[in-house]
Amino acid sequence: MKPLFSKSADKHLRIVVSAILLTVAAAITLSAYLFRPERADTGYQPAQPVPYSHKLHAGNLGLDCRYCHSTIEQSAYAAIPPTETCMNCHTRVKAESPQLQLVRESYATGRPIPWVHIHKLPDYVYFNHRAHLDAGVSCVTCHGRVDQMAEVRQVKPLSMAWCLECHRNPAPEIRPRELITKLDWVPDRDPAEIGRELIAKNHIHPPTNCSGCHR
Amino acid sequence: MSERNPCNPVSLPGDEFPEGASVLDATSRRTLLKLMGASLGLAGLTACSRPVENILPAAKGVEDQIPGNPLFYATAMSLGGVATGLLVEAHDGRPTKIEGNPDHPFSRGAASAFHQASVLGLYDPDRSREVMHEGQPSAWDEFAAFAKGHFSAMAAGERLRFLSQTVNSPSLEAVRAQALNRFPQAKWIEYEPISEDEALAGAELAFGRAVRPIYHFDKADAILSLDSDFLALDSQTVGYTKDFAARRRVASEKDTMNRLYIVESQFSVTGAMADHRLRMRSGDVPEFVADLARELGLLPAGLNVLNNDPRRRWLAALARDLKKNAGRSLVVAGPRQPAAVHAAAHWINQALGNAGKTVTYVETPRRPQIAALKELAAEMAAGRVETLVILGGNPAYDAPADLEFSRFVKKVAVTIHLGVERNETGVLAKWHLPEAHYLECWGDARALDGTASIQQPLIQPLYGGRTAVETLALISGHKDQRAYDIVRNCWLAQWPGAHGEKTWRKCLHDGVIPLTASPRVEAAPDAKRIAAALAARRTATGIEVNFYPSASTWDGRFANNGWLQEAPDPMTKLTWDNAALLSPATARQFGVANGEVISIAAGGREIEMPVWIQPGHADQSISLALGYGRTACGHVGHGAGHDTYALRTSAAPHVVAGASVTRTDRTYKLATTQEHHSMEGRPLVREASLDTYRKQPAFAHKPDEKTNLFQLFPRFSYDQGNQWGMAIDLNACIGCNACVLACQAENNIPIVGKEQVMRGREMHWIRLDRYYGGPEEDPRAVTQPVACQQCENAPCESVCPVAATNHSPEGLNDMAYNRCVGTRYCANNCPYKVRRFNFLDYHKDVQEVEKMAFNPDVTVRMRGVMEKCTYCVQRIQEKKIQAQAEGRRALRDGKILTACQQTCPADAIVFGNINDPQSRVTQLKKQNRDYTILTELNTRPRTSYLAKLRNPNPELA
Repeated sequence: MKPLFSKSADKHLRIVVSAILLTVAAAITLSAYLFRPERADTGYQPAQPVPYSHKLHAGNLGLDCRYCHSTIEQSAYAAIPPTETCMNCHTRVKAESPQLQLVRESYATGRPIPWVHIHKLPDYVYFNHRAHLDAGVSCVTCHGRVDQMAEVRQVKPLSMAWCLECHRNPAPEIRPRELITKLDWVPDRDPAEIGRELIAKNHIHPPTNCSGCHR
Repeated sequence: MSERNPCNPVSLPGDEFPEGASVLDATSRRTLLKLMGASLGLAGLTACSRPVENILPAAKGVEDQIPGNPLFYATAMSLGGVATGLLVEAHDGRPTKIEGNPDHPFSRGAASAFHQASVLGLYDPDRSREVMHEGQPSAWDEFAAFAKGHFSAMAAGERLRFLSQTVNSPSLEAVRAQALNRFPQAKWIEYEPISEDEALAGAELAFGRAVRPIYHFDKADAILSLDSDFLALDSQTVGYTKDFAARRRVASEKDTMNRLYIVESQFSVTGAMADHRLRMRSGDVPEFVADLARELGLLPAGLNVLNNDPRRRWLAALARDLKKNAGRSLVVAGPRQPAAVHAAAHWINQALGNAGKTVTYVETPRRPQIAALKELAAEMAAGRVETLVILGGNPAYDAPADLEFSRFVKKVAVTIHLGVERNETGVLAKWHLPEAHYLECWGDARALDGTASIQQPLIQPLYGGRTAVETLALISGHKDQRAYDIVRNCWLAQWPGAHGEKTWRKCLHDGVIPLTASPRVEAAPDAKRIAAALAARRTATGIEVNFYPSASTWDGRFANNGWLQEAPDPMTKLTWDNAALLSPATARQFGVANGEVISIAAGGREIEMPVWIQPGHADQSISLALGYGRTACGHVGHGAGHDTYALRTSAAPHVVAGASVTRTDRTYKLATTQEHHSMEGRPLVREASLDTYRKQPAFAHKPDEKTNLFQLFPRFSYDQGNQWGMAIDLNACIGCNACVLACQAENNIPIVGKEQVMRGREMHWIRLDRYYGGPEEDPRAVTQPVACQQCENAPCESVCPVAATNHSPEGLNDMAYNRCVGTRYCANNCPYKVRRFNFLDYHKDVQEVEKMAFNPDVTVRMRGVMEKCTYCVQRIQEKKIQAQAEGRRALRDGKILTACQQTCPADAIVFGNINDPQSRVTQLKKQNRDYTILTELNTRPRTSYLAKLRNPNPELA
């Protein structure tokens, strides 16, 4: 009877299987490289519906972060301010500017401005701003120099590994609570030393167990 | 605040043909194919750019509302004509969790299973959403126009009838008075299938007026329950459970406990707590009470039923105990017992000197309901009713069958039904109006003793529903049309002057209006009339059929509430169905087993029910739960159970005597969550009598129990910081399901449906294991709540291949849902079997409105993920962060309440920091009754139990 498989069938099988395995491995490596948070998420700078410039407001005008993001010291979320907050000034300042058209419309109709979410964590992560601010972590640690950004972009990967780096060694990022929103603060001595003192004084123990962030 | 759009990748315009593919070289087909292949590959990648997710802040901020922080509002929920004060947690302007109001006298922080599950009813997608006129969608404006024309044309309203549920609201009473003023000839009928008719008749018989007894279980040392499930379904308040549990708890062998005797037919939750239980048909209880009266010397001697009965001893010991505890005893009659029994209970309480101490009386505006409904049905049948306004309720489904309500309502020209759902009555009505759920409307309600609370909404009516008060105001042309104005003006009228506004705000804040309790009245029973009534009773023969409210659907109104349908009945552990409960002996007599369908015929009516054998049930007696077999109730409750109202008549709404039973050859699948009844020789529940405890205080610890077992892994040191632990007092736990529902609401636990429950896949994180002990015909029963024990040496942690479950430094067994791959090895290894696996995507068909019920602080789990009790880690984290922010490192004991602990009416569950020597949980764990289960496995669980004690009468021991 004629053999079902030719003599070269073995060779072909080995080549095809190796090719498949190699492709899969390459795909995994390539996507791990291409889609890691440091590459995929940092630099994310989407266009916002209103060309709000932090550089102008927080930088030049000197508005404190907490004027608009008023909930960071009371809540887990750092809420984007309601349109009302913008209109506190912009009923008079640049009241006719075409760039603020959407803001005025939103205030008049009650429809929210559709801001684009930049610093997005997965749904299974329960990040709490209040806890971090109370500990003395500055906005600049995770968000960078927002007061120099005309358009906000994500500067840190915000991956779990990156978070754990600080959670395992928080001292360099801990500063006195009153200096949290001073994004250009330069410490006069070793920041880690300042941090260590504050950690001891305020009993700061960032969690490294699962339920610290995942529930 | 941010809109979640996880599954819609945004395709950016203009990237269908990436650069390089815009110019096609027509000469080379191969090139074209190569380019197309490349572009397909690249197009796939470009579509992998981040989907745009939006943050949508409000245009104008809401005062006090901080996104991420819940707000709490006080309101009240009425059930069975009695309100309980509640605190409702609202996230982002929608209610998500219900708690008891610590300041309300009849809640004191506790809430029952019905209260906990009511939040799901608000978001029920099957709720009535629009006005219906003759089956066609309509609008409130059209109804208003119709009402204006129709009702203004009426003169005195002699052919107008109002039918409502029990009126419990001062503002509704005020508008009702106005309406009846406008239509002097109209009549108002109140009807609910579970009512106090017999108790009222008993009070009338005993005192000649309508009074309601208020029991004070915290002052009673000896309690006799005459077929009263006062711990669960026969009292409308959790306050009784709190009081009873307070006298049940012991701190050491030097303490005393109360003693509970019960005489009942069905094995109720109260029966399981009893120290002495006499199973007796409901129809024999009047004879028993007469004998008790004779034993106590109130009636001339000459025993009736129990002359030669071994139960004579029981009765004698009971009588002696009651007399010994005169002034500290209590006799409670159940709502299903006839008036004579209630009257006798009043009489005995008076004779024992309990009046004014363990039982006080208040006037009640309640009037008999079945008689009134019967009159209405007769009028409808005779064609004397032209307009019938039904404000809530479902009489077409739950009116006594002999009144044929659904038949005669068709003879009424104009029927207007206001209901939360378009139920059996709404379908028959000419106009159906959507009613506002209690969480979305203004109102007020009275507690058991008359204490009033204001009901305030937590959200705008989702579907434009209106309240009974508003509908009545519309019909009667009241000056105020909005519920807010009506309620507010009704109360401001009581507080005239400058303080009115302040008082209003304070009452809204507190959830209780002070000084509104009805004053206590003195009432002296008429001994002669009661004696005559007792003498007139005759024993019923044949099979008796008892009707009970369902622990899940109550009277049927919660049939579409999935949480309640899936909550296992406290004793039978049945879900999604009702069954005919029989004792083992009666089942043997009929030759039936679980699941076999029997036909029950009584009074010319017949229904078919599957059988469920209930150990401890009275012989020659069948128990049927009401509230199933609904035909118009939404997709969740459709087809659940069998309609038992068909057998219920106005002459015998509680007990039907002389029924006959025939077997059919059919079977019916019943879903139960507990199929094992034995502890398999393991000392899971440790129980002893108070006497034994006094003689051997350490009885709960086996003499050979090793607590320091050898282990391979180095022992982790848990002596720093917070260490969380829990103690559950089996002496207090009654098994009422409140903790199960609270956990479900707090942790977004899905329901799985009857099919999956039959496969053992129910998802409740805390379960109540009910064990029987003693002879099959007459056992004791005890309930043990079991949730994740948070073992220090957790067997689940070491077997997870992906480290999805780990231990926190505070002693919690953490679960990271996103790491879990669904091996289920952890559930396999857990000796307590407290881990739940999402075999299917149980949230697949959840609708947008149902999503509003989810707690945003807890992940909603998908298929393939293991979950279990976390000691409410979200609450722990929240309070820890709060304490840290406020500069307080040490968390005060009692600041963190787990959901189960907070709602437990018996305060059986205590959670806290075991590293804190002052905390309650540490004190409880130090007690000699404290033990852990399956200790020999060296799991070192953080949850421990306090052994159950019973307090038997030494004469009967």
